[in-house]
Amino acid sequence: MTYSSQRVALYYFGGALVLFFVQVLVGVLAGAVYVMPNLLSETVPFNVIRMIHTNALIVWLLMGFMGATYYLLPEETETELHSPRLAILQFWLFFVAALVAVVGYLFGIHEGREFLEQPIYIKVGIVVVSLMFLYNCTLTLLKGRKTAVANVLMLGLWFVAIFFLFSFYNPGNLSLDKMYWWWVVHLWVEGVWELIMASILAYLMIKLTGVDREVVEKWLYVIVGLSLFTGILGTGHHYYWIGTPGYWKWIGSVFSTMEVVPFFAMVIFTFYMVWKGGRKHPNKAALLWSLGCAVIAFFGGGVWGFMHTLAPVNYYTHGTQVTAAHGHLAFYGAYVMLNVAMMTYAMPGLLKREVYNQTLNMWGFWLTTGGMCFMTFTLTFAGVVQTHLQRVMGMNYMEVQDQIALFFWYRLGSGVAVLLGVTLIIYSLAIPGREGGRVSTPQGAPNPAE
Amino acid sequence: MTGGQAIPPIEAAATEEEEADWGALSSLPGNPLMWILILSELMVFGAFLLGVCGVRVMDPALFAASQAQLDRAHGGLNTMVLVTSGFLAALATRAAAENRGPRCRLFLGLASALGLVFLGVKAVEYAAKAAEGIGLETNTFFTLYYLITGFHALHVVLGLVILAVCARRSSLETVETGTAFWHMVDLIWVLVYPILYLIR
Ligand code: HEM
Ligand code: HEM
Ligand SMILES: [Fe+2]
Repeated sequence: MTYSSQRVALYYFGGALVLFFVQVLVGVLAGAVYVMPNLLSETVPFNVIRMIHTNALIVWLLMGFMGATYYLLPEETETELHSPRLAILQFWLFFVAALVAVVGYLFGIHEGREFLEQPIYIKVGIVVVSLMFLYNCTLTLLKGRKTAVANVLMLGLWFVAIFFLFSFYNPGNLSLDKMYWWWVVHLWVEGVWELIMASILAYLMIKLTGVDREVVEKWLYVIVGLSLFTGILGTGHHYYWIGTPGYWKWIGSVFSTMEVVPFFAMVIFTFYMVWKGGRKHPNKAALLWSLGCAVIAFFGGGVWGFMHTLAPVNYYTHGTQVTAAHGHLAFYGAYVMLNVAMMTYAMPGLLKREVYNQTLNMWGFWLTTGGMCFMTFTLTFAGVVQTHLQRVMGMNYMEVQDQIALFFWYRLGSGVAVLLGVTLIIYSLAIPGREGGRVSTPQGAPNPAE
Repeated sequence: MTGGQAIPPIEAAATEEEEADWGALSSLPGNPLMWILILSELMVFGAFLLGVCGVRVMDPALFAASQAQLDRAHGGLNTMVLVTSGFLAALATRAAAENRGPRCRLFLGLASALGLVFLGVKAVEYAAKAAEGIGLETNTFFTLYYLITGFHALHVVLGLVILAVCARRSSLETVETGTAFWHMVDLIWVLVYPILYLIR
């Protein structure tokens, strides 16, 4: 850490970790309700539990991206942030808005529409927070050095905010409703969030492997170009059965199949950089998370996405547990792991400590990643059986749920493992190891914070 | 963080490896990013054309009946127009290599004019189809016909913009990059025409 204003990232990482824990805890609760359907059904119905799980996820990921931006922007632009105080104010606004939303959900105040359930005043709050954030970061970028990493990151962040505006538009026509809903949901995770992912990975590669910036930037441009080229029209894979014209089956199938390419490119990119630059940096855990992020995003987004993206396949699997399997591994691999990678890299510097608790952090990596993969497998099996019984044999929905109950128990089991893993991760990031505290780097050792 | 200030950060100490090396793409003319785009475009159109072959295998009767309704003469005319345009673009590149700006611009202008002719012929063809009541939703064959030729026509439009940029800045690098795109548009049509219109 070279610039004092980078410190504001600490607020965001802290807030993100709190919500991360809540999200996974509530996920386990949702998994428990699946196998014990009457659990809490009077006090907190499943739809509310699910809402808290998914909303907490989105909010903490965004909070993490903001923290990452505040951390890396001063280094990239070689100047202090425009206003650290505004950044701190913005954090509290965001955090309080998130809490208010959750409390509201518990009392049944929400607007439906999966992922965008926030009441209108919370949505307005989110827009205000975004404006504060973009204002602060854009002014920082304008006064400083403009690198490809910073430019691509800011471009991505601007479009995240712009696409969010479509959440305000909720036409009465259900087809149109869905059509615009995907402009937020799909164009985020398979469009502009990918720009954020690619630029943060590029930053981490520059720092962790020491490969020339020029080489990294070239990859960044290719990945970003491929993401936009495939992701925008790839939205068509959600327009198969919602009342949109039939040609979307072709557009969606072709372009979304190509969406696998940028995810694959990110795997090649990260491994090639490490192979080229070597692993000189002491923060091995951050490197592990970065490589893991590229790999699991490729499997969760690319492979599990492709599995059900062709219209004739999606005709059978649409909205089954196959979708849930894909949603979990893709979100985890691409965006959860990205955030944890960045935090693992930045926290030691922010907390003025040596790179620490590596072993614990890496145990957290394997336990959480293993748990998520196992959960994905069980949900995939459940989904295949469900597809066959329900969509091919024509059995009724609830009967099928009984048939696949065993898989839901496995899911709950893997969820508990994930919860433990996440606890390890948070502990290792936030709490110093026994040898930790404010030790100084021995003379001659590389500076871990850079 | 503390005490390590004297040691240069890894970034600065990075080995001065080769300049941004694009591997196999480095030896191609023009900007390597253009070649990434070209490869991606070929994959997309390739996938759509595979779809056409799929429809043909699944429903040969529908395919034959629909294909018979296409206007092979207009398609053939457009093939010649676009191939000639591609030739003119190649001449423009040679002129740019010889540093003859005005000559380069002339050929780019002629290539663009033929691009406009292509679009005109396409418009006539679409109008005739519309008059017969054939649209995007008529059947799977025509869905693909309109998607493929429509996407292709959009690329012609984009290509015209790119050629105009080349004419403004007729450096060899720019012209090579721009005409590479134009040749791709050309190449794709040469694949689309036989597969959609000709092969029975
Ligand atoms: C960091 C890890 C996690 C991520 C990124 C994540 C993400 C998600 C997402 C995106 C959805 C919506 C899926 C869709 O719309 O298809 C979802 C739903 C759900 N998640 Fe998670 N989740 C995580 C952890 C967990 C854990 C540990 C459990 C516990 C077993 C769990 C249980 C559930 C359940 C039961 C649902 C509702 C599924 C349904 O409606 O059928 N999640 N999660
Ligand atoms: C990291 C990137 C990605 C994330 C985070 C992600 C997440 C999700 C989520 C949460 C859903 C469920 C939405 C709902 O509630 O209905 C979904 C659906 C879907 N995703 Fe992805 N996805 C990603 C990338 C991809 C890619 C690259 C493909 C294709 C190759 C893909 C194909 C699909 C398809 C076809 C559906 C619809 C499933 C259905 O019909 O039920 N996804 N995705
Ligand atoms: Fe999608």
